[in-house]
Order: sequence, then structure tokens, then C-alpha cells
Amino acid sequence: MIAANPAAELKRPPAPPRRWTNARILGHVLMALWIVSGASLVYYLGSNVASPFVLKYWPNYIDGFLVTLQIVSLSLLIGALLSLPIAAARSSRWIIFSAPAYGYVYFFRGTPLLAQTFLIYYGAGSFREELEAVGLWSFFREAWYCVIFAFALNTSAYQAEILRGAIQNVPKGQWEGAEALGLSRPVTFFKVILPQAMMVALRPYGNEIILMIKGSAIASIVTIYDLMGETRRAYSRSYDFQAYIWAAVLYLVIVEVLRRVWDRIELRLTRHLKR
Amino acid sequence: MNEALTLLSFGEGGWGDTIAFGILVTVSLAIATLPFGLFLGFVIALAKNSSEPSLRLAANIYTTIFRGLPELLTLFLVYFGVQIGIQYGLTMIGVETYVEVNSFVAGMVALAFVFSSYASEAFLSAFRGIPDGQYEGGKALGMSRFKTMRFIILPQLIRLALPALGNLWLILVKETSLVSVIGLADLVREAGIAARVTKEPFLFFGIACLVYLVLAMISSAGLSRVERWTKRGEAAR
Repeated sequence: MIAANPAAELKRPPAPPRRWTNARILGHVLMALWIVSGASLVYYLGSNVASPFVLKYWPNYIDGFLVTLQIVSLSLLIGALLSLPIAAARSSRWIIFSAPAYGYVYFFRGTPLLAQTFLIYYGAGSFREELEAVGLWSFFREAWYCVIFAFALNTSAYQAEILRGAIQNVPKGQWEGAEALGLSRPVTFFKVILPQAMMVALRPYGNEIILMIKGSAIASIVTIYDLMGETRRAYSRSYDFQAYIWAAVLYLVIVEVLRRVWDRIELRLTRHLKR
Repeated sequence: MNEALTLLSFGEGGWGDTIAFGILVTVSLAIATLPFGLFLGFVIALAKNSSEPSLRLAANIYTTIFRGLPELLTLFLVYFGVQIGIQYGLTMIGVETYVEVNSFVAGMVALAFVFSSYASEAFLSAFRGIPDGQYEGGKALGMSRFKTMRFIILPQLIRLALPALGNLWLILVKETSLVSVIGLADLVREAGIAARVTKEPFLFFGIACLVYLVLAMISSAGLSRVERWTKRGEAAR
């Protein structure tokens, strides 16, 4: 390239020096604090890798981790299946469908997961005779099934709202366009509307999975030995605080990995929107 | 049906007053947490909105930690961690006593951490919705940075952040139920005690769920009033 003007070859003036503003000082102090506490955490965990606590309890943590994954994936899957009819009923024009669906969603989104779990796990005992009569007592007797049941109902309400919001977000012209092309309604729904809705729903679905992973810690309260349950058992036996620190690290890793993976998926699905 | 009403009545033989006390604890915990969570969340949002990269990074690390941990685990970390920390500190200076952290305070601190990390995101997106011209206008009027923030930015910020903060408040009320696990006599714990004594778990946990629903309804009504109040300037147009 030829310089239009020899003078343009003159050196650029140096950038003004970055001054040590208050914000910059504060930021560096806080970062120093994070780095020091992070380093001491790594040192603490590193010096405890071969401690009796870890040697004794690491298989339990692995088991708990797997149980947590099972709870989360099972209840998310069942919840996803349940959410389809609920979302359909919720957006129905007929009030006999939409009102109960609204009540269902309002109940499960408006009450704490802990109270719902208690209601199902302990509350089933109130109906023991009736449940025995229909042969469901063996289902509700087990904490494991109750937890899956409660979590699935809870997440189905949230997922139904996500699904409904995403489908309503697709402009009406898409339906009309498909009709003009002579596509049947099921084909329109699955080939035109759903793919566009999924793009919108992806982020809330990711948040729901993360909420479920965090919420699954509640299962430990009703005697399920998931990651949190194993942690509490290890702490109550050893009175060693590192029990909770290991659990915190594990949960953070799970959630962060999931968040990163989800960002990748979103980038992939919306790549046609990138310019 | 009559039996249930007797169980729920106030006074002798009824559990009404126990449940009412539990509701009081639940509500006061949520209300006590709110100002700390809001303030902390606002400060963190300021840091995230700063032009200084190190400050932004420090604030983002905070959010990542408290959004990634299960609330129950945060609660245990605070409850046992603070207890052990204080005990350790006291032993260092040569005092030998047994310390027990108040479960109300522990719950408040843990919930404030969680609330603030989510609230900071709400405030941050509200900050992004305020155009630069608002800051410049304040400067042109000769207002100090604090005054610009107080009289120009903050009123708009509250209006923009309110829907998200309202959701967070509803989540906060639900999350207070976790404090029952560390022994605070909140609604869920009182309902649990009543359920165990009377052997009517479905009734009492059902009542607890309904109370949470009523609390959510009252909150929604209150929030829509607050929302109308923040928009009172727009009504004239």
C-alpha cells in the first residue's frame, strides 16, 4: 500500500497512559482476593487429595454423582413428555382444558419444590389404604419414586410454560404461509413451527436443566443419597468440612460444563443468524 | 372435613397458631433478606457495568459461583462454614467456647448471596436499557456522578428491572423453605411437626403449599401496584 501522504507515515501518538482510577484499584484488589482464595482452595483440596477422608469417601461421591444424574435426567425426560399435553391444554381455546392446565402450572410454579416433595412423599401415607387398594402403595412407599414423581411434575409445569411461550412466539404468518402452501396442520407444526420455537426455547430449557440439577439437592432431605445426600452423610460421620467443599466444586463443575455446552449448541443452532 | 378444621383451629388441640407462627418466620426471613440482596445485587451490577475489565471479571466470578451452587448447599456452606470459621478464629485467640450460628441469620446470608447474584443480572440488563444520553444529560446539567445516578439513572433503572426483580422475589419466598432443613421453625418445618404429631401429613403439607400460593398471589398484587407506582410518570402522556 502506498501512503497517500508521506506525513501519514509519521508515528501514531502513543495511547494515553491508563491511569489508576479508583475502579481500577478496586478491581485489582478484588481480583487479588479471588486469586488468593482460589489458590488457597486449590492448595487445600490438593493437600487433602490423599487424606483419609477422600480415600474413604470418594466412591460414595461417585455414586452420589451418578444418582444425581439419574434423578435429573429421568425427571426431565418424564417432565418433557408430561409438558406436551399440559402446554397444549394451556393454550387451548376451551376453558375446560385451559383452566385446569393453568391451575396445574400455577400450583407447581408457585410452591417450593421442597414442600411439593414432602407433600407427595409424606402425604402419600395419608392415603395408604386407598393406594394399597389400587396397588400403587409400593410406588409411593419408595422415596426414590416419590422424588422422581415430584420432580417430574414440577419440571413439567415449567417446561409447559417454556414450550407454550416459544410456540406462541412464532409469528402467525408462518402458520398462514404453510397453509397457503397446502401443508397439513401436523406437518406445519412439526416442520415449520417447532424448529423455530426450539430456537427460542433453547435457552430457557438450558436454564431449566440447571435449575433441576440444583433443585435435585432437595432429594437428599427425603433420604435419597444423591451427591448432596452423600455429602451430608460424609459430613455427619466425619465432621470434616471438606465434605461440603468437594460437593461445591463438583456442583460448580457440572453446572459450568453444562452452561458451556449449551452455549455451543445455541451457537450451532442459530448459525444461520450470524452475519 | 370437620376433623381437619379442628386440627387447623387456633388454641387448644389446633395447630393454627403453630402454622401462623411458621408463616410469620417465612415472611420475615424473606423480607429481611430482600434489602441486603437488592443492595449487594446493585453494587455487583455496578461493577459488571464498569469499564474496568478487572472489576467486571471479579463480579462475574461471584455470580458464577452463587448461580452454580445449589441453594441448599450454599445454605450448608454458610451455616457450617461460618460456625467452623468463628470457632477456629476464637481458638486462635485463645477463647474456648462453643459457638452456634443463628439459623435465621445463616439463612439470611445464604439467601442474600443467591438473590444478589441473580439480581445483579436483572440490574445489569436494566443498565443496558438506559441510553448513554441520560448520563450525558446529567453531566451537561452539572450534576455530580452520584447525583446523576440517584436522580436520573436509578428511577429508570428500577422501572426497567422491576419485572425481573419481582420474579426473583417470588423465587426468594419459595427458597426460604430450605431453611427448615437447618432447623429454623418456618412454615415447612412447623407443618412437618404438625404432620408428624397428628399423622395427617397430606393435610398439613397441603396447607403449607396453599399458604405459599397465597403468599405468591399477595406478592403479585403488591408487585403490580409497585409497577404502577414506578410508571406514574408515564401516565400523563
